[in-house]
Amino acid sequence: MYELEHMGLPFSRLDNGKIYQRAFGGQSKNFGGEQAVRTCACADRTGHALLHTLYQRNIAARTQFFDEYFALDLVRDEEGYCLGLAALSIESGEAILIEARATLLATGGAGRVFWNTSNAMINTGDGLGMVLRAGLPLEDMEFWQFHPTGIAGVGSLITEGVRGEGGYLVNRHGERFMERYAPHAKDLASRDVVSRAIATEIHEGRGCGAHADHVLLKLEHLGEDVIAERLPGIRELSVRFAGVDPVSAPIPVAPTAHYMMGGIPTNLDGQVVAPARYGPEEPVPGLYAVGECACVSVHGANRLGGNSLLDLVVFGRAAGRHMIEYLRENPYPRETPAEAVQLGLGRLARWSETRGDETVDGITRELRRLMQKHCGVYRKRAVLEEGLGELTRLQERAGRITLGDRSKVFNTARIEALEMENLLLVARATIVSALAREESRGAHSREDFPQRDDDRWLKHTLYHLENDQIDTKPVRLKPLTVESFKPMERSY
Amino acid sequence: MKFRLYRYDPESGEKPFMQEVELDIDPAGKMLLDALLELKAGDDTLAFRRSCREGVCGSDAVNANGRNVLACVTPLSGLKEPIEIRPLPGLPVIRDFVVDMEPFYRQYRSIKPWLVNDEPEPERERLQTPEERAELEGAYECILCGACTSSCPSFWWHPDRFVGPSGLLQAWRFIADSRDQATEERLDNLEDAYRLYRCRGIMNCVEVCPKGLNPTEAIGKIRELLVKRKV
Repeated sequence: MYELEHMGLPFSRLDNGKIYQRAFGGQSKNFGGEQAVRTCACADRTGHALLHTLYQRNIAARTQFFDEYFALDLVRDEEGYCLGLAALSIESGEAILIEARATLLATGGAGRVFWNTSNAMINTGDGLGMVLRAGLPLEDMEFWQFHPTGIAGVGSLITEGVRGEGGYLVNRHGERFMERYAPHAKDLASRDVVSRAIATEIHEGRGCGAHADHVLLKLEHLGEDVIAERLPGIRELSVRFAGVDPVSAPIPVAPTAHYMMGGIPTNLDGQVVAPARYGPEEPVPGLYAVGECACVSVHGANRLGGNSLLDLVVFGRAAGRHMIEYLRENPYPRETPAEAVQLGLGRLARWSETRGDETVDGITRELRRLMQKHCGVYRKRAVLEEGLGELTRLQERAGRITLGDRSKVFNTARIEALEMENLLLVARATIVSALAREESRGAHSREDFPQRDDDRWLKHTLYHLENDQIDTKPVRLKPLTVESFKPMERSY
Repeated sequence: MKFRLYRYDPESGEKPFMQEVELDIDPAGKMLLDALLELKAGDDTLAFRRSCREGVCGSDAVNANGRNVLACVTPLSGLKEPIEIRPLPGLPVIRDFVVDMEPFYRQYRSIKPWLVNDEPEPERERLQTPEERAELEGAYECILCGACTSSCPSFWWHPDRFVGPSGLLQAWRFIADSRDQATEERLDNLEDAYRLYRCRGIMNCVEVCPKGLNPTEAIGKIRELLVKRKV
């Protein structure tokens, strides 16, 4: 945080001039003690401020950006080295080969596989698709975080900072229902707990509104001054998308797909790892991943609010440092075999062909509804299996899409088609992994296996595209520098 | 609802034209972006940028009925039919509503948009009082959508020489930051008949900013500092 502050991030301040910090869900002192107040914030626009600060530092460093290029596929040689990737210039429509001794994926999440999501439209799991097509596995893809407070019917995120500042949830009877589910932490229990509580309230008929399909987030009692100073962005979002000014009325909210705990398996240096000859976590030379697309697994089965900063700041930095070292040790480029580029180019060529009368928009909509219905907050075998069957049929139908737009310059239809391919793979990895994990843990909640089962499932899943194969690998329980503590039942 | 859409495909060999389209959509609770997505679902050749769909990423600025807006936060019900959608004015059109933003970004880069502080880095944060931090309000929130700069007649005439409202607002964001030590250099960089003083106070920028920011006010504060250091 200090480093970001030195870079210029405009954090909110306390009276003594230090960085403002607020309470966030699930964060406690001394492993389960009282509520911690440690999330640094820039009003309720921390992410925006962080993004712009980092972009500004890149301008200062004269980083060369390939803006509006779309990555098609990784290029690897027979020994498994990553040699760069094939990409497409969106503006010109030309494919290019970017040869690189080291490649880092920072492609973000894939929340667009769900109907109701806080994610931007570009969050389509493009890095995950590339990794799967390259024959590498994805880790823990059953763990998706549903954030409890998305604007009902829209999905846009209402930050947990609202509850951190003292906002709370009520059902149709005006009851503060979180007191029943988490007597101690209440509205600041971790996100999976609050999301399940809301889902249960709605399911049992205590939801609000004409369709009883949401609950209400009250913050009127905070007063206009606090809302204007600490939560101005939320007020703006709420007025625009819910038609409600939170100063005078509660915001209608429901769980929304927010964050993917799983992803591309990496180690502490951001190197992509996969099972190979000598063990389950051998680095893929020249390939790195950081951020939401990566699964270094610091979040386990459920991320706490604020902790995605770890993915970015801590492991982003570690990966950068390791890349410098790697480049020093590997000073010469390896030869790129001609056929290695074919994977990406073939993908591109397919979208110039005439196949059938399906559309990208139609398939994507059905996919998102399917995932919402079959693989949401609560899951069970029969429903997941039905969803997998439907997904298989949807993937077949996706083979019969013909694009109307065959032009080169800024062909966004083709980009959406390429994104849809990645979404279909992410969905498949998610459902297959969710079926495999026969227990409830963190954000993965199986109605048919409601208990956590540490004997059988204290391990990571690894999904391979080939034959939908699921492997597992052990969880590292031995901390490197602090004393270990025994996993316990969670209660808030 | 009736739409008139600016269409241009450089590969077609045709000149840009206005396309009349009707869309069966209930405007209640919907934004302009929802309509554009529906139109694209019916005709996938329609090209425009979009991502966050909640007014944060700044990618879907277009000109709707003569006014620069962010499509995702513009209620459909507030737009008079036929709704005429064009690309942002004053920037080269690549295709349909997609413009080349490079002239805009070039000006952004020209104001050196990063914090400059050459003191040794303290072990902890640099202190800043809530009052000092409040100076950044109304400036750091900019999402670089380009709605203001591309609505500014001075930028239309001098895109290569006038920084434009967005760039000047960002220049102010760093001048106003108590942690930044480059105020003199920043003022030198702007003290120019074109870079700053081409602002004629037309205030189109204030009118269209989807985040409710006021670049004209920031430009006024920069002018004030320039005057003060003269005397």
